[in-house]
Amino acid sequence: MTQFAQQLVNGVVIGALYGLIALGYTMVYGIIQLINFAHGEVFMVGAFGGLFVWTRVIPDGTPAGIALPLVLLGAILTSVTVALIMERFAYRPLRNAPRLAPLITAIGVSLFLQELVRLYYPRCSAADTVGESIPRCGVTQGREYGALTDQQFPSLISGPNIKVGGVQIPRVSIFVVVVAILLMVALSAFVRRSRTGKAMQATAQDRDTAKLMGINTDRIIVVAFVLGAALAGVAGVMQGLQVGTVGFKMGFLAGIKAFTAAVLGGIGNIAGAVLGGFLLGIVEVMATQYAPHPFSGGAWRDVWAFVVLIVLLVFRPSGLLGERVVSRS
Amino acid sequence: MRQRRLIKLAAPVVLSALVLAACGDKKEETPGGNGGGDNKVVKIGVIAPLSGDLSALGLGIKNGVDLAIKQANDAKKIPGWTIQLADKDDTATANVGATVAAALAADEAVAGVVGTLNSSVAEQVAPVLNQSKIVMVSPANTGVKLTGRDKLPNQQRVYANYFRVATTDDVQGPFAAQYLLGTGAKKLAIIHDKKTYGQGLATAVDAEFKKGGGTVVLTDTINPGDKLFSAIVTKIVNAKPDAVYYGGEFPEAAPLSKQLHDAGFKGPLMGGDGIYSQKFIDNGGVVSDLATSVGAPTDKLPSAQAFVEAYSKAGYKEPYEAYGAYAYDAANVIIEALSKALVGKDKVDAAVRQAVIDETQKVSISGVTGQVAFDPFGDTTTKVLTVYGVDASKKWVAKKTDTFK
Repeated sequence: MTQFAQQLVNGVVIGALYGLIALGYTMVYGIIQLINFAHGEVFMVGAFGGLFVWTRVIPDGTPAGIALPLVLLGAILTSVTVALIMERFAYRPLRNAPRLAPLITAIGVSLFLQELVRLYYPRCSAADTVGESIPRCGVTQGREYGALTDQQFPSLISGPNIKVGGVQIPRVSIFVVVVAILLMVALSAFVRRSRTGKAMQATAQDRDTAKLMGINTDRIIVVAFVLGAALAGVAGVMQGLQVGTVGFKMGFLAGIKAFTAAVLGGIGNIAGAVLGGFLLGIVEVMATQYAPHPFSGGAWRDVWAFVVLIVLLVFRPSGLLGERVVSRS
Repeated sequence: MRQRRLIKLAAPVVLSALVLAACGDKKEETPGGNGGGDNKVVKIGVIAPLSGDLSALGLGIKNGVDLAIKQANDAKKIPGWTIQLADKDDTATANVGATVAAALAADEAVAGVVGTLNSSVAEQVAPVLNQSKIVMVSPANTGVKLTGRDKLPNQQRVYANYFRVATTDDVQGPFAAQYLLGTGAKKLAIIHDKKTYGQGLATAVDAEFKKGGGTVVLTDTINPGDKLFSAIVTKIVNAKPDAVYYGGEFPEAAPLSKQLHDAGFKGPLMGGDGIYSQKFIDNGGVVSDLATSVGAPTDKLPSAQAFVEAYSKAGYKEPYEAYGAYAYDAANVIIEALSKALVGKDKVDAAVRQAVIDETQKVSISGVTGQVAFDPFGDTTTKVLTVYGVDASKKWVAKKTDTFK
């Protein structure tokens, strides 16, 4: 029972992260029907933006309580800036192009951002050793190992785990879940209540009519990108805090997972993305622990996650909370 | 008068006879030397990266071979012959390696090659040299499949000309298992990343640990690229192992170790040379984590003292690095084989090259890295490994260097 509760906690923490990133996919898709595959990279760039603030901007010895908000702010600023540039120069010129063109562009943007971050950090070589010829970046026996640019991320939230019953909850996890849920609630309120939010809904329903009603749809699209990017930036820092490292490849896997979560919940639907995120996180974790023997373990958990996705799509083609879409042309 | 004239005549004759005799003395040292020149040339090639990222290691190899050749020439190890060095840059690239190997093979004086650094380059170089029957002794290749010893149950040697003085990857697993058992660990959790390297290590550890009386309480896998391990960490912690063995590389191992210890795991995480990196510690490895690496730090080997001295006396610009001592041993293996194969020969030809291969198989010398001899697959019979541990100052320190049996 303790084990189940512990895994449930693990699942919720991972799910919160997926959900935050999935929101970016779902908002952009809801408004311009673009699957922004570069969104995973926005998440990655956000993490590196936070790291940059920590290593280059804040003086050494800043207490974690002050550093953490600054790191988060740095992450948000970085990912929002990147998203703005991306929207303006990669997607807007293709606004009226066939659907496939912006999709391919998204993949291009994604590769561009990855390489940009990779090149920012110097390469290591086999000769690059520490003390008694210990390789600095994992180059031994003339072989290179893994992503050479994985960078250390500061652990700004430390302290012993909190114990509830037999369940151990790291403080970072509590921070992740609380902040993620607060952000989700805030976003939902913004979209429902605010003027801009209502304009977003209108644009999502019918862009041309919204335009006729006097809504600056270009601005609304930018808002969708900015909101998604800000959430992704926060998620980037959260991943860095939990894992202890950030790497230029981290956006790919996170992007795929978050996209899956968005589809699971019904792409285009904000509550659906959150629900899909939590569901995916919990399924993955439970599959790792409880799947029958030859199909268990970390390696099979993605398989189980996609089994759930496929089965769900068979019965609910538009996802958990998605509405049946009448052909949008 | 006559007598004086005779003396005048005799003096130069005697003198020249003396000179000739002196020459003759020298020649007699060459058993069966059938009148050829005094300085017949045989070449030992080096194929290693002499430029680029890996050049520090490559130049260490080249200098090690150079030192061995100089010493052999000074000691007239092969009477009547002078050994020369023919070094080629493979730029750590397989097809470049194949090209320079062909160039060496075309040089008739070349009777042996020390190289390469990278296993991937060796895969291209060995067949080229094998065609010309040139012996190849690698100081650094650790890839198991190069010798064919790994193809159980039908082990078959891949290249008759290929030998290496480097210990191979596959003994890292059993060595690690023995070390863990030695520290009193009884229950082990094994995690790997499903890649050839990681899975190979994990399988070997599993077999050896069980053989030594330990229990493997959990075997599981992760996906390369994963960084959030909370689910698998919970699973490991609940299985209550004394230690965790991770078959894989540091980008995943470091976060795994951090998250394991964050979740309250107290034992060490151990891995192969894929985690033997400063980055592992920087990115999450904790004190008491362990790693194995093949070979030993040269300056720690008692047998290497003379080599270290001779190397610094020779005044090379570059340090000997990880493989200088192994290259020195590899060159001495070839020189030893040459000293047998070149007896009574005028020049290096196909028969001599074949003889060098045959003699290399039989070589048994005490080198600076330990006793050097080869098994029927061309692998070294002395398998030296070192266990490293993370110490309190967040550095890898050698814990135990030993020969694997």
